[in-house]
Amino acid sequence: MKISFTINGTQRSVDIADENTPLLWVIRDMLDLKGTKFGCGKAACGACTIHVDGQAIRSCSYAVKFAQGKQITTIEGLGSEDDPHPVQQAWIEEIVPQCGYCQPGFMMATAALLEQVPDPTDEDIDKNIVNVCRCATYYRMRKAIHRAAELKGRSSNTINS
Amino acid sequence: MGKKKISRRKFLVRGGLGTIGMLALGTYVLRNPIRRKLLDFVNSADLPYQGSGMEPMVWFEVSKDNTIILHSPKVEMGQGTFTSLAQMAADELEVNMNQIEVVHAATTTGSIDALSTGGSTSVSSLWQPLRELAATMREMIKNEAAKKLGAEANSLHLKDGVISSGDKQLTYAEAVADITEWEVPDTPPLKEIKHYKYVGKPIPRIDLNAKVFGDPIFGIDAEMPNMLYGAVVRPTRIGSKFVSADTVAAENMPGVVKIVKEDDFVGVVASSYIEANNAKEAIEVTWEVEKDWQTSDIEAMMKVGNGNPMTIQKEGDEVGEGENVITAEFTSPIGAHAQMEPNGVLASVEGHKATIKISTQVVGMTRKEVATRLGLDEEDVNVIPTYLGGGFGRRLHTPHAVQAAVMSKAVRKPVKYYFTLKEEFQHDMFRPPTHHVLKATLKENGMIHAIEHHFSSGDVAIDSPLLPSVAHTIMGADIGAIRGGFCQYRAIPNIRSVSWHVTLPFATSWWRSLGLLANTFAWESFMDELALKAGKDPVTFRIAQAQDDKAGKRLKAVMEAAAEKAGYTDEVVNGRAMGFAASTDAGTPCAQVAEVSIEDGQIKVHKVTCAMDPGVAVNPDQVRAQCEGAIIMGMSAAMHEQMFVENGELRPVIYGPYDMALMKHAPKEIDVVLLQGIEKPGPVGEPPLGPIGAAVANAVFRLTGKRLRNMPLNLA
Repeated sequence: MKISFTINGTQRSVDIADENTPLLWVIRDMLDLKGTKFGCGKAACGACTIHVDGQAIRSCSYAVKFAQGKQITTIEGLGSEDDPHPVQQAWIEEIVPQCGYCQPGFMMATAALLEQVPDPTDEDIDKNIVNVCRCATYYRMRKAIHRAAELKGRSSNTINS
Repeated sequence: MGKKKISRRKFLVRGGLGTIGMLALGTYVLRNPIRRKLLDFVNSADLPYQGSGMEPMVWFEVSKDNTIILHSPKVEMGQGTFTSLAQMAADELEVNMNQIEVVHAATTTGSIDALSTGGSTSVSSLWQPLRELAATMREMIKNEAAKKLGAEANSLHLKDGVISSGDKQLTYAEAVADITEWEVPDTPPLKEIKHYKYVGKPIPRIDLNAKVFGDPIFGIDAEMPNMLYGAVVRPTRIGSKFVSADTVAAENMPGVVKIVKEDDFVGVVASSYIEANNAKEAIEVTWEVEKDWQTSDIEAMMKVGNGNPMTIQKEGDEVGEGENVITAEFTSPIGAHAQMEPNGVLASVEGHKATIKISTQVVGMTRKEVATRLGLDEEDVNVIPTYLGGGFGRRLHTPHAVQAAVMSKAVRKPVKYYFTLKEEFQHDMFRPPTHHVLKATLKENGMIHAIEHHFSSGDVAIDSPLLPSVAHTIMGADIGAIRGGFCQYRAIPNIRSVSWHVTLPFATSWWRSLGLLANTFAWESFMDELALKAGKDPVTFRIAQAQDDKAGKRLKAVMEAAAEKAGYTDEVVNGRAMGFAASTDAGTPCAQVAEVSIEDGQIKVHKVTCAMDPGVAVNPDQVRAQCEGAIIMGMSAAMHEQMFVENGELRPVIYGPYDMALMKHAPKEIDVVLLQGIEKPGPVGEPPLGPIGAAVANAVFRLTGKRLRNMPLNLA
């Protein structure tokens, strides 16, 4: 069957036999966007986190049929080297990644959190950022999340003023 | 590409299988005291680089745009090696950091590390050879420029990849553009460390942007045209022997291209990952299992007194028996690697050639295994390493490369395949469980008179394909399990450390820091008990019993620095207590202070102060990052993680039930102090994993009066 959605600002359609195929595999293997990672396939680690209509979801456990007509954002659409998202800018400033594999998922989860809670407390972060990082870069991530909130607040103030 | 290689003649051959193998053979007829000295040496991990291809132009490639490409024989798995290597190379090459690009050396084009990437030795082992190679390359470029500019080489000025003579200039790329044959000069003298622009500076990681913007850099991201997907059937129970497989149902599943039946595995090749795995599930395999193993069986095996003992440290007398002997026992559980990128590989076999893209820590071994299985020449197998989504020792075993190559050969197309999470957990090469018995007697002045550590561990290095099979028998002990097993307080007059070796019914192997984590937990918890028994402050108690040689002085220095920076106190202040512990791993001493409270019945770590002496920190920011990560990973292992054996199956098989430290468990403050007690870089990646378990447990004792002697630490 044919499923259409907007991904990173571009309208795309995929033809897929099994509509229950997890969106992750459509993104990685059919649309060739490799920034979204496969970690566990059971929504337990968060490496595959993307945004669907602005909400953070774990794409390994989200059937492609539910993506019909939706707005999808992956790490490739979050920002670019020329125009990084505040979360990416903060990740660069704090030099967060080690192996880097889980980082797109964490950045997508953080970007979604900042839309809901623009200036998260440590408790907000503990409660909402529940992905797994085996290099255990959590210490720098926490700093980067606070820094991202600061950067994002600053840029929206500029727009407002 | 402005490069023309001369022959791949290895004019600086540094030995075949490496130091460990050679040492082992050399000691065959020697007696135990010599063995112990050798174990001590191997344990210090100050091993030289063991690679092939020591010609500068095999390592460095000058691009037309004046980028210098460094082909690294060590893989990047998060430890920051690529950045440190680039810093070392840039300083000797006289180029700007942003002119250096680091790539993984492929086996057909680059130098190959004969052993592995592991053991925290990447930067330390390449410190001398890489700088020499870079300096030699610089001279080679300079000599070519001298010819073109008609000037004396010595009169030329080099800066940021540009060579100047008076008002004439050439870029490095221009200088070497038409070279057909390199002339390799003698190795020039190296610069003094203090004159380096990049070495010693906290340069941002060079792979930062790739990792922040989601570039496809990992093994699992690799693709080739017409690629298919594979899956391999794996048993769920320990000791399963393959009997038969009914593949009829699977053959008719959607997307299935071929079922590949071999003597040692059954695989499926299909047109997508999902289809391959669905078909795999439809294969009915009959396995034969002799015994339904349980956790209690493993615990019973894993006792000091079982298996073969080897005394690895012997000074003076034994502790002996008597009323005044203080004794304590400790245990650690089976641990999983749980690296985030599942094991996987992309293989393409065409005729007599194979190409393998893979996250591997053993490039040379992966190549050898594929060549052997397929009957190919090693030169015809090109292993192209990718960035690793975590290593931690898990990628020192790559039999899946062989399986993918066999499947690729069968379908005549490239095949990509990777593990499901259940397969990752049940077929991990686990961190072995351990059991420790410590005994000591104190002198009248409260100092230790005699101390003894007996520890039992499953295999780490023994039977590992990384070492010659004779190595462990000749050495007499498992060189992985003994890491951290030694007593580091060598002013104590009477010391025994005895390693007991047990082979378990499932695979155990290398896990970041090897025996260090559990051995230090036992040693440093016991030292805390002894200090309290002696009525001494645990920091001064330790410092007083370190010896006065170089290693002892470095150990004392990190202990003093950690205690001072943390403001160490024995008192409980505002419901928080501090715990102190130290370790020496691979020659790098590290001391940590954990600041802990109990909240809702759970151990909460607020702050960790870490003092470490890695020698020259080529990139202090990445050394700090390794400390921060190792501390939290060590907390995860010491406070949360545990694999169980239930009715023959290793469990759990997923994150969550396999409890790991998350954001909410991570300390909000980590304060790292770096000392420099030697004039070269030492190991960094594993040493800071040592002290944290005991540091937390020692703080918990001050808060609760309860001595936690089993990992994972549990207050209940």
